[in-house]
Amino acid sequence: MTKWLEEHTPKLVLAPSFIAILVFVYGFIAWTAWVSLTRSRLLPRYEIEGFIQYERLFDSPRWDTALNNLFIFGLLFILIAMFLGLILAILLDQNIRTEGAIRTIYLYPMALSMIVTGTAWKWILNPGLGIEAMVRSWGFEDFTFDWLVNPEMAIYTVVLAAIWQSSGFVMALFLAGLRSVDGEIIKAAQVDGIPTWRVYTAIIIPSMAPIFLSAFIVLSHLAIKSFDLVIALTGGGPGYATDLPATYMYAMAFSRGDIGQAASSAMIMMMVVFAIVVPYLYSELRSKDG
Amino acid sequence: MADLSMTQGVRQSQASKIALRWLLYSLLVLFALFYLMPLFVMITTSLKSLDEIRTGDLIALPREVTFDAWSTAWSSACTGIQCEGVRPYFWNSVLIAIPAVAISTLLGAMNGYVVAQWRFRGANIIFSLMLFGCFIPFQVVLLPMARTLGIMGIAGTIPGLIFVHVIYGLGFTTLFFRNFYVSIPAELTKAAKVDGAGFFRIFWSIFLPLSLPIIVVTVIWQFTQIWNDFLFGVSFSQAGTQPVTVALNNIVNSTTGVKEYNVDMAAAIIAALPTLFVYVVAGKYFIRGLTAGSVKG
Repeated sequence: MTKWLEEHTPKLVLAPSFIAILVFVYGFIAWTAWVSLTRSRLLPRYEIEGFIQYERLFDSPRWDTALNNLFIFGLLFILIAMFLGLILAILLDQNIRTEGAIRTIYLYPMALSMIVTGTAWKWILNPGLGIEAMVRSWGFEDFTFDWLVNPEMAIYTVVLAAIWQSSGFVMALFLAGLRSVDGEIIKAAQVDGIPTWRVYTAIIIPSMAPIFLSAFIVLSHLAIKSFDLVIALTGGGPGYATDLPATYMYAMAFSRGDIGQAASSAMIMMMVVFAIVVPYLYSELRSKDG
Repeated sequence: MADLSMTQGVRQSQASKIALRWLLYSLLVLFALFYLMPLFVMITTSLKSLDEIRTGDLIALPREVTFDAWSTAWSSACTGIQCEGVRPYFWNSVLIAIPAVAISTLLGAMNGYVVAQWRFRGANIIFSLMLFGCFIPFQVVLLPMARTLGIMGIAGTIPGLIFVHVIYGLGFTTLFFRNFYVSIPAELTKAAKVDGAGFFRIFWSIFLPLSLPIIVVTVIWQFTQIWNDFLFGVSFSQAGTQPVTVALNNIVNSTTGVKEYNVDMAAAIIAALPTLFVYVVAGKYFIRGLTAGSVKG
């Protein structure tokens, strides 16, 4: 008995966590997938009816807006955050004396809750008393900066706040990458008289491909899960103008009482995440085993 | 002649080097201002009176510093119908975060130790399955979790939120410890086994004493995640058990009465203080946690 116990202790220690993950991650995904195929409304029903919820979803103009917004927001957020992060990392890589302090400043937003970030930017961007009013009080009477309340432009305020929050993190990733490039190669290139910008574009940046991939994965993951920032900054408004799939799902689940729509929109979100993350994780785990 | 032009060239390149240096530093300072501006505006707004906010400039320093907004935000601002400020919700967040961080870190350490040092058949598959769990959008578990918490009788309670945070933190904490323990040579465990030490003895007297850095990284990561969480907080709490992020959002978006921007800002800073404090004190470990999730191996 003790022998058996001794032999199986590691498995017994791992078992509760593993079972928890099986039930609360995979079991729950299965539940949501199942319910997304039923006619569930206020209460879940379990008779499979096919893809009616997904048909309703893609017929809904609100979901259409949410998907469009995800595309605009995701694309701009990922591209600009990566570009800014790379530029900042390269600037900081030039033997800056106060590097530690500057890095701390660039990265602190990452420690804040998205709700705090949203609250701050909501105040700064509000046309009545924020940047618009400030510039007007300087004498530019016609200055308008009303993105926050303009349905056409509101999504870009979400992009702005999200970049403010996350670009420092991308910088930290790239900076670590720059530091891990073989110094000998760079020295050799400099001895040969190759200009610094060429060293970056031809040698350093191409060698950081895996870091670009990591940054892309993390940022796209952040973009798809974006929920708190929209809630705090625009509340999804004006109207539904800044709805994202995450806010759509939440509205259906907790204020509209439409479980079928909530489940099907959650499943779409998960498919998008998995389409990006699964190939990445798979290759990561494979390369580690090999 | 040739010499002269050479030194001139050197002087010129020296001058352009200094100019470049200046450009570099001004760019860095400009970006620093961009990142600092919202924090600066939050702090100054929270120290102004409402009158001064209405008549004054967004980025002007307060003419008259007042802490009224801070005391309102802390103890009497309205989150819907309740008007007790963020104080009770701040303590809710503390009561949620401390046990959830402790339990998920402890479990992650044990799991990581098993996966890295006691490999058995299937251990890798189990670890991969747990790892995938880190990446799901939590929307996909919200509905069944709401029902499950109800069945367990902990819906809308602080223990319920602790439970949720422990479950969905396990993947990351296991990953952190696994990646740390994998670099410790397996011979150490083998030698200890030969000497008659068991599973827990080896963990307790060999692995745990080595683990301080990864414990710090994990605790900071989990604390930041849980403190800043909004989705679980807003989905699984009820009036009275809400975490501070939910209360902050309610204060800011409550439509009744006059909009008190200074109170909003003070409440936002209060909600941000614990994680900012951790970041300032242990920034190195904070960054290590952030990058550990993305640059592995």
